[in-house]
Amino acid sequence: MPQPLNYLKETASQTAGPYVHIGLIPAMAGFDIFEKNFSNVLVAPNTKGERITLEGKVLDGSGSPLRDVLLEIWQANAAGRYNHPADRSAGALEQEFRGWGRGGSDFDTGLVTFETIKPGAIIDKAGRKCAPHINVWIVARGINIGLNTRLYFSDEEAANAADPVLNLVEPPVRRKTLIATRSERGGKAVYSFTINLQGAEETVFFDV
Amino acid sequence: MNAQAPALRDPRLNRPEPFTPPLGDGGFFQRDRSIHPPAHAPGYKSSVLRSPRQSLLSIENSVSEITGPVFGHNDLGPLDNDLIRNYAKDGDPVGERIIVHGRVLDETGRGVPNTLVEFWQANAGGRYRHKKDTYLAPIDPNFGGCGRALTDDTGYYYFRTVKPGPYPWRNFVNSWRPAHIHFSVFGSGFAQRLITQMYFEGDPLIPVCPILTTIPDKDALDRLVAPLDLNASTPFDSLAYRFDIVLRGQRSTYFENRTAGN
Repeated sequence: MPQPLNYLKETASQTAGPYVHIGLIPAMAGFDIFEKNFSNVLVAPNTKGERITLEGKVLDGSGSPLRDVLLEIWQANAAGRYNHPADRSAGALEQEFRGWGRGGSDFDTGLVTFETIKPGAIIDKAGRKCAPHINVWIVARGINIGLNTRLYFSDEEAANAADPVLNLVEPPVRRKTLIATRSERGGKAVYSFTINLQGAEETVFFDV
Repeated sequence: MNAQAPALRDPRLNRPEPFTPPLGDGGFFQRDRSIHPPAHAPGYKSSVLRSPRQSLLSIENSVSEITGPVFGHNDLGPLDNDLIRNYAKDGDPVGERIIVHGRVLDETGRGVPNTLVEFWQANAGGRYRHKKDTYLAPIDPNFGGCGRALTDDTGYYYFRTVKPGPYPWRNFVNSWRPAHIHFSVFGSGFAQRLITQMYFEGDPLIPVCPILTTIPDKDALDRLVAPLDLNASTPFDSLAYRFDIVLRGQRSTYFENRTAGN
């Protein structure tokens, strides 16, 4: 018998369930309990970068929007720097921009929105430039383990074409499932996305 | 001595021998999906239309995955880890008073410090304070049912609450959830993000729960069951249950590879 390695095993995931709002967004469950709450607004008045609204839906295998889904997003700031000590890239850090938010879907329409800024391009460990993107994590009733995906930006065609992760997606036709579409509303940029859990347009999900 | 009496699980059985490689800043250990419930688990009917059918695309962890949000004590209020008091209006909530405590560890056995742990649950009658929950058991006016804590330098967390009740739900006609507390944990990188549920030792609903039995690995299922921890109880006040949570470990970078030409 060789020496035992004795690694621990990761704790198994379980669904967040239909009442995930109680723990993570209690105001949506219908009550007020914490002094400080997390939200879908990532920007403060001093945050640098272009203000954007990110809005979209998560559709099930019948094409119906999930109305009890919760999304979290994690992103770099406008300089392409994550607010975390493991990001040692050169971009300027903004202490007050955490780069993380969570939002629940509307109980009637299924629409999820975030108020944030467009992140900058990121330099990976190999020195490659990665297209600006937002990391997305999805949990809900019926989702047994959180789903990881990304949102890229439709107006970044050249950067997207060179992005090392987008280029791993085969067949290439599936890459468009990761791209949020830019439009303008009242002078402000809105990026719209649809996350399809199943079907011909199924979104690319990652094992990260 | 009654041979049938359930043995208390020694929490140290979940522990490895001391093993502390350098703290990693590489990618996380490959997730062993065989211990997690599959996305498509027909016995849990809600998963059928909500499970991706294509293979997940495996990507090496980049800075996007090894980083994640950082939280601090400024994000929390003083009663956030006391569910007996954090929504009390005119008295304590009804139910068995319990303390839940444990450590957030990674797969190397190292405590995960300063990480946010959030928890939510039904009240002692099995009713959630949620506008979509219509179960006939009453809302407890003194119980909100959620809280949060930051782990200390060793990964330790604790909170106080009342033991949640089981409740029926629409899956099969007579499906009941075992008593459980939902947990959300962050870790240091977004790829460690985890939501799970803690169950209570000895609950007869555990082996018949359509959600719990989505987990294909018996040991992985057992690790979601918190043992009674009498040593951590407060005499004449509260029982205690212990629940350790393990997040993915992180690889160390022993040698930096140089890109060609540099």
